[in-house]
Amino acid sequence: MQDYTTISELLILAKQAGSLPQAVLEHYGREGADKKEAVEQMRRSLAVMRASIQEGLNPDARSMSGRVGGQSAKLMKSLLNGESFGGKPIGLASAYALAAAECNACMGRIVAAPTAGACGVLPAALFSAQDEKGYSDEDLVKALFVAAGVGRVIALRASISGAEGGCQAEVGSASAMAAAALSHLAGADPETCMRAAGFALMNLMGLVCDPVEGLVEVPCVYRNVVGVSCAITAANLAVSGIPLIMPVDEIIEAMRRVGRSLPASLRETGEGGCAACRLCSEDAK
Amino acid sequence: MDIFDIIGPVMIGPSSSHTAGAARIGRAAANLLGDEPKEAKITLSGSFLRTHKGHGTDRAIIAGLLDMPVDDLRIRDSLEIAERCGLKYEFILEDIPDAHPNTALIELTGKSGSHVSMRAASVGGGNIRVEMLNGLTVSFTGAMDTLVISHTDAPGVIANVSSLIAALSVNIATMQVFRRNAGGDAVMVIETDHAPDMESVKMIGRLRGIKTCNLLNKL
Repeated sequence: MQDYTTISELLILAKQAGSLPQAVLEHYGREGADKKEAVEQMRRSLAVMRASIQEGLNPDARSMSGRVGGQSAKLMKSLLNGESFGGKPIGLASAYALAAAECNACMGRIVAAPTAGACGVLPAALFSAQDEKGYSDEDLVKALFVAAGVGRVIALRASISGAEGGCQAEVGSASAMAAAALSHLAGADPETCMRAAGFALMNLMGLVCDPVEGLVEVPCVYRNVVGVSCAITAANLAVSGIPLIMPVDEIIEAMRRVGRSLPASLRETGEGGCAACRLCSEDAK
Repeated sequence: MDIFDIIGPVMIGPSSSHTAGAARIGRAAANLLGDEPKEAKITLSGSFLRTHKGHGTDRAIIAGLLDMPVDDLRIRDSLEIAERCGLKYEFILEDIPDAHPNTALIELTGKSGSHVSMRAASVGGGNIRVEMLNGLTVSFTGAMDTLVISHTDAPGVIANVSSLIAALSVNIATMQVFRRNAGGDAVMVIETDHAPDMESVKMIGRLRGIKTCNLLNKL
């Protein structure tokens, strides 16, 4: 069976299969793997994603350190009071991303997408788009296959681990996956979906992984908000027809090289970046 | 690289390596004990040592010892559940020299008196690698259904095991043997395409030269 390890190969398979989600599904697992079961599993993942946002919006939740939890409820309240910038779709996407990320920080059940630390980006993109445009759950499941195909290529060619490639590998990858998923929902052709992923990776390239005290809390949960905003922006850029002047595979390769050149202090060790900052007195232990 | 390694796993947060991987390490130890655990002494090393409270590594390992999967919400309350189940545990915070950054060493005693000592590392994305078993250096991941067989290194022992497995129509995917010295303690690690049933596992355990046979279910 033909496999894909690059975006350009994935695009060829999409042409043969008729669509991106179909190409990713057809090339899933070993020869003879159960495709119906794969679709079922993706449906279950979507359900867990939705529940993780709901749980994260609980205003009383707190993480182990007490530094996050209950903040997405604040963001949602502020949006509903008309205090936030950017309109309702962006506001909902931000609150959803923070909610799922807080659900994770508070030991809730989440879907790593591609990682636990970046688990808010993709659900936020999908469910805010559903709120805004009325896509069905089946549409969202197909979009998840698109996201999975993009994430798989990034994992094979670069990295989806903060310890290896910095936050660009986690929130950056999630944002690229979400941008492609959104573009697919918008009815864009496969090439445009991949361009959207390219714009997202371009715009988050070099983002470092610098968790305070090594915990998946600050800045991780807020970076999920940035990740979904970046995904929406990238999808808009691509769907409008703006060209990307380099192949997406080149951007993924650039991301790999940037990740490798990051010092260890900026790769999940909790030593550099935000982790090196003195904390305000009430947040210090 | 499967698409469900990208969209997945479904897990309890916050960290795939410090929470989900830790739960899998605990579950592997319980499987390798092959008995209901009664007492656990757990050494946390490296970044497990630094972030175990904030990432619930302690709760995750105990949950695994109680056979909970990585998406079980009871992971949050596992320390309290352990007390109710009569599982005594002790955490030792101490760096193990030259170990992978996310390493746990688990000394586990079962209700029928069995004992296992297992050292494993959480190697990323919730995946683990068992590196020491009862003092022997080993290397396996639990990504497939795995038979872990402690035996005496003697001629014919491996052949007897493999012919019994063949007779059970179980397909061997990979097989490794680790031993301390010629004629000494050894471990066979056999990854299979589908898990043999518990009766078959017991049959293997009764073969000549075999000390214990445990099935590590696909984690």
